[in-house]
Amino acid sequence: MERLQFKKVLLILLMFVILFVLLTITNLFASGYIKRIVIGLGINIILVVSLNLSNGFTGVFSLGHIGFMAIGAYTSAVLTLPILLKTVNLPNLFPWLGYLEMSFLPAALIGGFVSMIIALLVGLPLLRLNGSYISVATMGFLVIVRVILINWDAVTRGARTFSGVPSYTTIWNVWIWVVLTTYVVLQLKNSSFGRRTMAMRDNEIAAQSLGINKLRVRLLAFCLSAFFTGIAGALWAHFIMSFSPNSFYFSKAFSVITMLIVGGLGSISGSVVGSVAITILSEVLRNLERSFNLGFIHIPPLYGASQVIMAVIFILILVFKPNGISNGKEINFLKITKGPFLSRKQKEVF
Amino acid sequence: MKMLKLEQVKVYYGHVQVLKGLSLEVEKGELVSLLGANGAGKSTTLMTISGILHPTSGHIYYEGQDISQLDAKDIVHLGIVHCPEGRRIFGGLTVLENLRMGAVCRKDKSRFQIDLDEIYSLFPILRERRKQMSSTLSGGEQQMLAIGRALIAQPRLLMLDEPSLGLAPIIVQGIFKVIRQLHEKGITILLVEQNARQALTVADRCYVMETGNIVLNGSSAELGANPEIEKIYLGQAPEAGKL
Amino acid sequence: MTPFEFLLQQGINAISIGSLYALMAVGLAMVFGILRLINFAHGDLIMVGSYTTVLLMGVGVPFEWAAIAGIAASTITGLVMERVTYRPLRGAPDVAMLLTSFAVTIFLENLAIILFSPTSRPFFLPGVLNPVLEFGHLYISGLNIIAIIISVILLVFLTLFVTRTEAGISMRAASQDLVAARLMGINVNYVIATAFAIGSFLAGIVGILWSARVGKIDPLMGFYPVLKAFVASVIGGLGSIPGAVLGGYTLGILEILLQGFLPPVLTPFRDAFVFIILIILLIFRPNGILGSSERDKI
Repeated sequence: MERLQFKKVLLILLMFVILFVLLTITNLFASGYIKRIVIGLGINIILVVSLNLSNGFTGVFSLGHIGFMAIGAYTSAVLTLPILLKTVNLPNLFPWLGYLEMSFLPAALIGGFVSMIIALLVGLPLLRLNGSYISVATMGFLVIVRVILINWDAVTRGARTFSGVPSYTTIWNVWIWVVLTTYVVLQLKNSSFGRRTMAMRDNEIAAQSLGINKLRVRLLAFCLSAFFTGIAGALWAHFIMSFSPNSFYFSKAFSVITMLIVGGLGSISGSVVGSVAITILSEVLRNLERSFNLGFIHIPPLYGASQVIMAVIFILILVFKPNGISNGKEINFLKITKGPFLSRKQKEVF
Repeated sequence: MKMLKLEQVKVYYGHVQVLKGLSLEVEKGELVSLLGANGAGKSTTLMTISGILHPTSGHIYYEGQDISQLDAKDIVHLGIVHCPEGRRIFGGLTVLENLRMGAVCRKDKSRFQIDLDEIYSLFPILRERRKQMSSTLSGGEQQMLAIGRALIAQPRLLMLDEPSLGLAPIIVQGIFKVIRQLHEKGITILLVEQNARQALTVADRCYVMETGNIVLNGSSAELGANPEIEKIYLGQAPEAGKL
Repeated sequence: MTPFEFLLQQGINAISIGSLYALMAVGLAMVFGILRLINFAHGDLIMVGSYTTVLLMGVGVPFEWAAIAGIAASTITGLVMERVTYRPLRGAPDVAMLLTSFAVTIFLENLAIILFSPTSRPFFLPGVLNPVLEFGHLYISGLNIIAIIISVILLVFLTLFVTRTEAGISMRAASQDLVAARLMGINVNYVIATAFAIGSFLAGIVGILWSARVGKIDPLMGFYPVLKAFVASVIGGLGSIPGAVLGGYTLGILEILLQGFLPPVLTPFRDAFVFIILIILLIFRPNGILGSSERDKI
């Protein structure tokens, strides 16, 4: 046992060191383009890992989590926007907000908390429903968030671009949050809470008979996940510096879900791998969308091509490897933990 | 050649192994009963024979043909009809519509009305209620409908899963009287029952299952006299018979 | 216009829209009943049919043939969809099926964007099919009447199909208990394919009528209709065909009422309203207006 512990700690330390080294090298030597990809990747990992917390363990599959990202983004953006810009861009903002200009960390944290509170309000009625209905309802949540964003001009500038967000996101603060989020979610998974959620996922009736409160477990996972998604939103807002409600709609939702499924529901290390794979793939495909010459054939820009290819990959994964790259288990060099979620074995007969 | 032969059948339900190398056989014209406590795997056995589940290893032979991996609809067409546990009639359909569903697998639809009349003479109440929504039928009537529906499918091997489940003793008597009649007509029957006492009154032979395997088998007479059975499945005192 | 005339005009409008929702909802209900799948890609079948029709008319094909081709295209697309993406996933948890239907939607929509550009194109119905009927001050669009007539005819045929034919009864049986249906020897693959075929066929027809109503087509045109069809299904009780019809007409009437009586300040929120209604229904009456408020225990 002791040797196992020692090995584990060593492994984690090693991973930290490698990460640190990689990030330092990127920061110092990589081009702006690569740096941006690494930051984007970090934000994606936070999004996917937190989505996994909500969707991978409790029998909930939220389709509207990007709504929380939007809430985090807009909250943090409005709080940190320089007062001067506020008077120009957001003339009708609440007076007290107009004089506020926060620094990054408090603003991001508030963004996360606002998301969490809204998650609580939304989750209380919705998380009692069963499976697919929750999914459709959360889809509704996303649409409603978007409608509010578009219409609450005073705060969000409506459908117009919200620009001028100060550039606070760096490789370091993104990846610190990546490590933090991953750590928290992994700890939760391996805790008694995690065991309760797994029990619920595998056999709801048995779990309930053991006194595990379905709503409470789901709410906890949902709200915590919303917090981190909100943080990711804030990080993203200060990375991209200008955005509009369209940035937080179904195509973003779908790409995050793709990363989640490719990585494997329920596996945190899978989420990381999935994010890396799909982020890189997206970049490659995005380049394809610009027109290029294949020999003497001129291929015009194919907007939407990357989405089409992603959709196909998504379907292929669901059909052939529904538990993702990780097969639903943690990619662990030492021992393997919990088993697959999307099992298509002989089920549901009786 | 036996009509039905299972050889070392292993079946998994998800990750749990439910049948652990089951072997049994049924001769043509026999009424064989499969007994055992809840969770022993009796229903799983029937589900595997009828093709809803498939064995991961082992074989199922029907009149010499290996049917282990066939799809359920093909197995029905071969003449094996499974009347499932809990009756599972189509509640939103009328009695007549349910019976029509039994006839789906038949090649000659012309005899349908004739066979329907036979079912009605076996279960007169069904004729009376033929236009009624079957979810409004009583438990006993639903069981009759389920059996009638299975019979319309012209089974050569009829499998009944717990026909006495949840029914009052009087009704159970009626059902078993019909089962006896069917047996006398020559239909081969594989009967799963928790109510061992009843089963022993109609069956030629019995198998007793426990956690995925056969632990005892023999003729009804032998098992009826066996004190083990008496103790485990029929309760200590004869009055405690209903399981 | 007298109040009566106004009511009549709006009433016809409501029933006409309700008919379209009903036809769509029926398609969704048939598939959901058997597979427990909410097929969001159903909306894109409208798009496929409409685009086929428009493109063929664009090269000179007369409307009747273009429309038939469009309906055929929808039907075929629906069948291919079933065979290629949903059948391999039979037995998978509901969530996987739902996600797949989203992937199919994204696939079809973006494919259309690549092939046809995201901008909308006009849809012209030959004048003879869209007369404007005058009754004094009352103007009724002939299209509405046609839509209602076609829908009623289709629904009658559908009812006959599910109550009188073996295939139709098998479909109802399969949606009540799939395992029992298999035990009866019912060929579940055929039944499911039939459900998809009928649903897609109806979607194709809705496509023509819808595009004619709106006057244009675009790659994302299926998104709102399928959403509304889903709400209509839930109103009537998900999975029930008569429920879908009831839900469709109810939603149509509700929509016209909202249109007429919603205070202007809330108009931009109309899209969100569809979802708000849906969420309220899911929470309080998941089995539809007529159903119980009891949720499945599992």
